Amino acid sequence: MQNATPVSEIQAGGTRQFISFTIGEEEYGVDIMAIREIKGWTASTELPNTPEYMRGVINLRGAIVPIFDLRSRFSGGLTQASARHVIIVVSVHDRVIGILVDAVADIITVSAADIQPVPELDHHDHSGFLTGLVTVDGRMVALLDLHQLFDIELVADAITAAA
Amino acid sequence: MSDDQGYDLSQFKATYFEECAELLAMAEETIARLQEGTGSDEDLNAVFRCVHSIKGGAGAFSFEELVHFAHVFETALDHLRSGKVEMSSHVADLMVRGNDILGDFVRAAQADTALPADHGADILAQLAALTGAVPVVVAKKPATASAPPPLPTVEKTFSIRFHPSPDMLRTGNEPLLMLRELGSLGRMSVIADTNGLPALTEMDALHSYLSWTCTLITSHDRTAIDEVFEFVAGDTAQVIVTEEGAATAAIIPAHGEEGDGWGLFAPLAADDTAKGEEGDGWGLFAPLPGTAQPAQAAPKPAALAANTANAPAAGGNAVHTASIRVDLDKIDRLVNMVGELVITQAMLGQQASGFTVESHPELIQGLQELSHHTRELQENVMAIRAQPVKALFSKAPRLVRDLSTKLGKQARLVMSGENTEVDKTVIEQLSDPLTHLIRNALDHGIETPEERMAMGKPAEGTIHLAAQHRSGRIFIEIQDDGRGIDRERVLAKAVEKGLVERGQQLTDEQIDMLIFAPGFSTAAEVSDVSGRGVGMDVVRKNIQDVGGRVVVQSTPGAGSRFILSLPLTLAVMDGMLVQVGGQRYVLPLTNIVESLRPTAQQARSLVDVGEVLTIRGEYINLMPLHVVFGIDGAITDPTKGLVVIVETEGGERVGLLVDELLGQQQVVIKSLDSNFRPVRGISAATILGDGRVALILDVSALRHMGALALAAQ
Repeated sequence: MQNATPVSEIQAGGTRQFISFTIGEEEYGVDIMAIREIKGWTASTELPNTPEYMRGVINLRGAIVPIFDLRSRFSGGLTQASARHVIIVVSVHDRVIGILVDAVADIITVSAADIQPVPELDHHDHSGFLTGLVTVDGRMVALLDLHQLFDIELVADAITAAA
Repeated sequence: MSDDQGYDLSQFKATYFEECAELLAMAEETIARLQEGTGSDEDLNAVFRCVHSIKGGAGAFSFEELVHFAHVFETALDHLRSGKVEMSSHVADLMVRGNDILGDFVRAAQADTALPADHGADILAQLAALTGAVPVVVAKKPATASAPPPLPTVEKTFSIRFHPSPDMLRTGNEPLLMLRELGSLGRMSVIADTNGLPALTEMDALHSYLSWTCTLITSHDRTAIDEVFEFVAGDTAQVIVTEEGAATAAIIPAHGEEGDGWGLFAPLAADDTAKGEEGDGWGLFAPLPGTAQPAQAAPKPAALAANTANAPAAGGNAVHTASIRVDLDKIDRLVNMVGELVITQAMLGQQASGFTVESHPELIQGLQELSHHTRELQENVMAIRAQPVKALFSKAPRLVRDLSTKLGKQARLVMSGENTEVDKTVIEQLSDPLTHLIRNALDHGIETPEERMAMGKPAEGTIHLAAQHRSGRIFIEIQDDGRGIDRERVLAKAVEKGLVERGQQLTDEQIDMLIFAPGFSTAAEVSDVSGRGVGMDVVRKNIQDVGGRVVVQSTPGAGSRFILSLPLTLAVMDGMLVQVGGQRYVLPLTNIVESLRPTAQQARSLVDVGEVLTIRGEYINLMPLHVVFGIDGAITDPTKGLVVIVETEGGERVGLLVDELLGQQQVVIKSLDSNFRPVRGISAATILGDGRVALILDVSALRHMGALALAAQ
């Protein structure tokens, strides 16, 4: 699981591979090492009293795997999931979780030098989940820090659950 | 012997200490029987075997203090079983304490710490005194001075032939170390016999091919030599000790007197009679030097495990069960696989639900058989994890004895159903609650002998510990004939603590259940018996954590009875599948009392309370699941849906409003928090026949959520 490595720690000249996927018009990248598998959308079982972006759980060969709707997490509304939507199963913090996205776009190889820092935005609350931006064939791909994203997720949820 | 080991013994040590714990527990239990006078000769033998096995292993790992003590203890036991020493309450007491000290030594060896040099010295002296003038084992560093010193030294010459079986090395025994140890006893010359060596290309590194003939001139006596080989002799190696100039036969009776039973016998002796006298089963030996006997090469752990299995059976029914030691992980994997099978079987059943017996007779029949076999397989696999509650109960006699002495009370413990089996995890979880309940019974329940006499009860109180299987659960009861729950005091205390409002009317049962409320403890002052900060609420919580419940029944002046009811396994359960809107949930079958469709007269809406059902004159809160869980599209009118009456661990009843019942099904319990986190109202998840996940409802949590949801409305 290399995806947590901040940009600054990537050795100069080293390259990393990301899987990029789309949510609407936006393209995001996740470190390929964190990805366990990619599968089509299957209906999930909703969990009561959880945030909207928590889409419930699915059965992944006997394991109960929670699914998070990334569009909804990034305040873009609920994804109208269909068979064409994709679940990217990743391993974060020793947990296996699925993220619901629109489609997988590409495998991209980027060198550390090509990764641009994320501009400091005033009131965009999710910029902390991004580790950097790269431009691939003229498209901008935002690199996601899953550890950051789901660490906050699980902690926050744990707090609401306890309250 | 241990300082210069070239390889790692830690793995064997771990196994050894595991065995020691079992053996000690078994010895304690058996000694308790002897103490009560209900023991038999076989019990004495069992204790002897326990101590003996502990000593054997200790010798191999060079825990000298342990060996020394165990040997003295063992010798005393041997005198007991041979009738040289009479059984008396003093002797029984000595055995109890001896076993304790033995445990201390084992734990010290395990923790690699040293006990004070005189630890257990008085017991050791008393044990040694029992055996009269019998010389005590020659330990290299006698831990205590209490043992009679070895007999005056006369140098003797021994000829020792040491012939390991090919498999001896596999059991972790190193001949070099034994020879070195032997050499340390005196002057020794060794001749190795290399005739058995194969060509280098055929050599198996794990085989031992060599044998040795040693001539030892020593001032030690025979027992010291026996000790060197005691872990291998007769079992995985053949050891022949002959004293030069002394007839072989002369040694055997002397050895027999020692009661050592390790089978260090001269080759020419009448094997069968010697073995028969020992009657111990340890003295396996090769009939001829040089012939390897595969049967002897049985791995030590298996042999010991079999031994532990035999010994308890010997107490009552002499059934001989063989057993093996299996890694718990392997069993868990098996349990998981069976879980998957249960799911697959449910899936097949669902797929075939459209077929009739007429159209597909063989398919339907096959599926029925599959379902039958799956359930049987699952039950059998679960049975592997099951252990008799004896493991749990065996601590009780000791606890009752020690506590009653401390509290100045007289109590007798009666146990029944110790062989009832339940899942290992459940047993582990039950240990603390049970200890607490027994303590509680003694501290708060049983009165002092004077009080009891004054009330016309026998001076000695009785605590009854019972276990039994009933309708797929295990019930454990702790019953005492003490004073019962003082309801007035409990109620006063509850009011004082703000648990109950003043003037609130409670039934006797409700008052009794108050003792389980968090923050409740009636002990006026904290004694070191009860009130160690573990209240009855913790007891209840521990039990609920494994899906159990606890209730108390009490009759003032006549005693209380705590009933714990627990699931037999934590991996699979019977559930009822219910539909609410687009969602399906599993209700544990054990929670369900009944289900019904209420009439308009039965369902009433009340201010403040929400909807209430009247069933046979009883009022039950109605909890619409769709409100609590925020589910759309569910039936909201109780008279159109179904109400499932469920009972929580506390015995409270709630009516859950659902759309319909989908059927009863066995479900495999899957954790929700391994990849996510706990969700309130949900105890776990499961996978249904169609591959979808269904959530298992946590009835107790739901009840509280229902109250909150209504408050929010």
